[in-house]
Amino acid sequence: MAPKSQKQKSAGGHKNTKRSKTKQILPDREEVEPVTMESMGHPEIYPLVLTTQTQEIFNCRIDEDVTDEKPYKLIKKEDILADFKNRAAVSDFYPVKKVIQEYPGDDLLVVYDKDFRYGLNFYLIGTEEGKENYLNRPEVPEEQEEYKEHTSEDLYIYKPPISKPWVSLGSEKEIDEESVKESAKQITYMISRKRSEFGAPVKFRDQNASSVKDAYIECTAYPDKNFIVKQLEKDVGMQVVPKVKDTSTQTRWTYPKNASTQYYPREFSEEEKEIFGQSKPLIDFLNNASISVEIALQQNEIMNTFIDDWKCLAEEEGTFGDKTDTHLKEYQSFTDLHNLTENMVTSISWHPTIYGLIAVSVAIRLSLEDRVHFSGKLLLQPSLILFWSFSDPIHPQLMLESPDDIFCFKFCPSDPNIIAGGCINGQIVLWDITAHADRIENIKTGGSRSKKATLKPMFLLEPDSNKEATYIRHCAVSSIENGHKKVITDIHWLSDTFEINRMGSVFENRSGICCQLVTCSADCTICFWDIRSQKALTPPPIEKKKEESIEIPFDVPSTFLHLDLSWKPLIKIRLSKGETSLDHCPTKISLSEDHLLYKAQDKILAQSKVVKAGEMNPYHDLEGALANNLKPIEDFCTKFFVGTEEGGVIYTDWKMERDPETGRLMAKKPVNLYAVHDGAVHTVQRSPFYKDIILTIGGWNLAIWKEGITTGPLLQSCCAPKRYTAGHWSLTRPGVFYIGREDGYIDIWDLLEKTHEPAQSQNICITMITYIKPWTFTAKQQFIAIADYYGTLHILEIPWTLSHPSTNEASSMSYYFEREVKHLEYVEQRKKIREQEKKEMELELEKKKTKTYQKSKEQMEAELKADYDNYLELEKNTLINLGLIKMPETMSFMDLM
Amino acid sequence: MQAEVEETLKRIQSHKGVMGTMVVNAEGIPIRTTLDNSTTVQYAGLLHQLTMKAKSTVRDIDPQNDLTFLRIRSKKHEIMVAPDKEYLLIVIQNPCE
Repeated sequence: MAPKSQKQKSAGGHKNTKRSKTKQILPDREEVEPVTMESMGHPEIYPLVLTTQTQEIFNCRIDEDVTDEKPYKLIKKEDILADFKNRAAVSDFYPVKKVIQEYPGDDLLVVYDKDFRYGLNFYLIGTEEGKENYLNRPEVPEEQEEYKEHTSEDLYIYKPPISKPWVSLGSEKEIDEESVKESAKQITYMISRKRSEFGAPVKFRDQNASSVKDAYIECTAYPDKNFIVKQLEKDVGMQVVPKVKDTSTQTRWTYPKNASTQYYPREFSEEEKEIFGQSKPLIDFLNNASISVEIALQQNEIMNTFIDDWKCLAEEEGTFGDKTDTHLKEYQSFTDLHNLTENMVTSISWHPTIYGLIAVSVAIRLSLEDRVHFSGKLLLQPSLILFWSFSDPIHPQLMLESPDDIFCFKFCPSDPNIIAGGCINGQIVLWDITAHADRIENIKTGGSRSKKATLKPMFLLEPDSNKEATYIRHCAVSSIENGHKKVITDIHWLSDTFEINRMGSVFENRSGICCQLVTCSADCTICFWDIRSQKALTPPPIEKKKEESIEIPFDVPSTFLHLDLSWKPLIKIRLSKGETSLDHCPTKISLSEDHLLYKAQDKILAQSKVVKAGEMNPYHDLEGALANNLKPIEDFCTKFFVGTEEGGVIYTDWKMERDPETGRLMAKKPVNLYAVHDGAVHTVQRSPFYKDIILTIGGWNLAIWKEGITTGPLLQSCCAPKRYTAGHWSLTRPGVFYIGREDGYIDIWDLLEKTHEPAQSQNICITMITYIKPWTFTAKQQFIAIADYYGTLHILEIPWTLSHPSTNEASSMSYYFEREVKHLEYVEQRKKIREQEKKEMELELEKKKTKTYQKSKEQMEAELKADYDNYLELEKNTLINLGLIKMPETMSFMDLM
Repeated sequence: MQAEVEETLKRIQSHKGVMGTMVVNAEGIPIRTTLDNSTTVQYAGLLHQLTMKAKSTVRDIDPQNDLTFLRIRSKKHEIMVAPDKEYLLIVIQNPCE
């Protein structure tokens, strides 16, 4: 539509025409308001659409009656009303019917809206005023517009507003409708009551509701028809749902844990190590690091900062008895009163596990001649090993019978019920006392016996059935032809950690028991024996077997039946002295593993218990015990020491080698031979503390050796006044050993105290001491068993001082030995130096002799001249001193002096 | 160059009471030693770990600090470890006279 602004604001220039007409009032169409141009500021203008038919009726056809010059038409009100009647709703004037009906005038102005300014092709002006305005000023619309513009620039002339009469535009109708009026008349009531009744006390009383009519209203229950119907079918929706359940539990988490891991370390090869050795960073590092390391080393060398001097000052506490008491105290002595022959004790052995049990081997005290002489008588008497117990000094607990006198015997370390002994005739005898083991074990509880009749004199007690000492027969003896020919002087069990084969090579011992023995005999041989059956035996001819088969008494265990009388040695080593027929006669041997046997008490206890608890004693299963696949042990020292009857100490090897010429197995030549002793060496023993320190005693002196030092003994004592006949290291003190003499004295040597003579000497008995064996039972109790030539066994208790080592004794002893080694080395070196010096001295003497003739004449003259010059000087000086010659002035006073 | 290495090690070994000397690389693999193989390998492995632990301890406490020397005194002997970035020098000495 056309812009409102200028036209609306213009004070003048309203182009209004109106046309009024009476309206026909139709009741239900009254609400339709005619569209006015009120919005545009012309409320009296009602746009209309006049169809051609209407235009013909009212003669306002476009371009004929209504033109551009005269675009309006005055139409009579009555005409429009007639049109209303004729055409009713179809009439074009119908929308403005109301306006026309209210129009006061007669003529209504309809204007042709060529430009469709108001939206439709015609418009009606609804007011007289508008009509007048339009009619009066139709021709100056543009001018007025221009005029309007001009007038807006001119001065605005203020015109006060002229009050005009209020024109009703229909708003009072709305107000009427909205206002609230009383529709009905108000009713007034007046209620009154007597004044006295106000505020009077009220009395309430109960009243039955049913008695008074209409006093209550109830709502009785009644069956409602709506709820009678029973629902027989019900529509229910179902859904199948998987049942999900959440549970939790806690389990013990067994995680795999490594029980053991086997690994081998990373190492560099030799070339890589060489490369490293060349590398510069390593050199730099070493140069830097060695500084601080050497400082630290020197600090330690200067002083040991961690020594607790206070602690070192104190000796061991908790002494038992008098500390100054150094004597061996007599504890008990045993003599065999049954045998009437004169016996001597040849060997002693403490039972490894049982407290207070000691075994003694006795032999007839006869020389060889006498033996031969009395051989018939001797055959009748049994040769015995007696078992003595502390609790019973009169009766031996067991008596082991042997075919001939036993000169040496040993308990098997892995099973104390096996005993091996060496006979005077060269046989090895084996006993198995497993059956009697419980007898000897319960000797301690022999109290019940003593409570019996003790009033009987001693000789009547002999046939007491309780104490019937049983003679236990030997289990097996070695073969007579194949074994030793002469007396067996020493017997040892090999340790259960290794075993050897025919070549002397050392293998792992899988059986866990001691199964091999070594013996040495006066027939100059050392034999190795195996107690297991040897499969490589040629089956002896049947006739021989028949001859030899002896009825074995029923009470002899069959442990060694396979060996009986057919036992051959594994290795036989002959100690030859070379081409001469005289060979070394070994008296004692000492293997490197022997020292373990002193301290193996705990181990044996454990083992023996296991053996008892177990099903089978391994010794009963020896027949099938030779295993073939044995692992060889490398780096095993197969050398051992041998003491000979001539007084020599031999260091030899047991490994056999094949003689290239004969193809037989030959023993290696001895590594070393030392002749230090004057008599037969009866003791060759390793120290319990040091594996490589050996004590040898023979003749009148003793010697201490270190394995590996070939120059000589570390210590060799001077000859003693009396011959030494027995000896043993102390088991608890590294520097102490006991030596028995032929006059019945015990010499106790303490190397830390004195090394040239014994520290103590004590008399034990009147005759030669044949064997010494100390033994430790507890830390407080230590015994030493001393056997003498007359067959008595003395048990003495070792006092505290001799059994308890002082602090640092072990280290002091090792230092002592080291010093001795160094001394030996020094002696060697000195020897060399002395040799050298001797040579040089001789050379010099030689040279001197020749020198005197070589002085030439010129030399002599020169010498003479020199002498003469000296003499002249002397003369001059003397004369000056005497003042006979004037001294030159240039000489200073000091020179004169 | 090699002689220098040997000479230094010999000098250390000749000190009084020294039981063994070994040079170990940063991973604990022995390069030079005077002891037997099994002992060396055992010492190298254990001490290498201990040195690493000691070093990390020192550095944890103070990152500017570093381990220069480690001495372990036991009843029987003393073990000295001189650590470095790439190598470890281990010396075992018996200090008791």
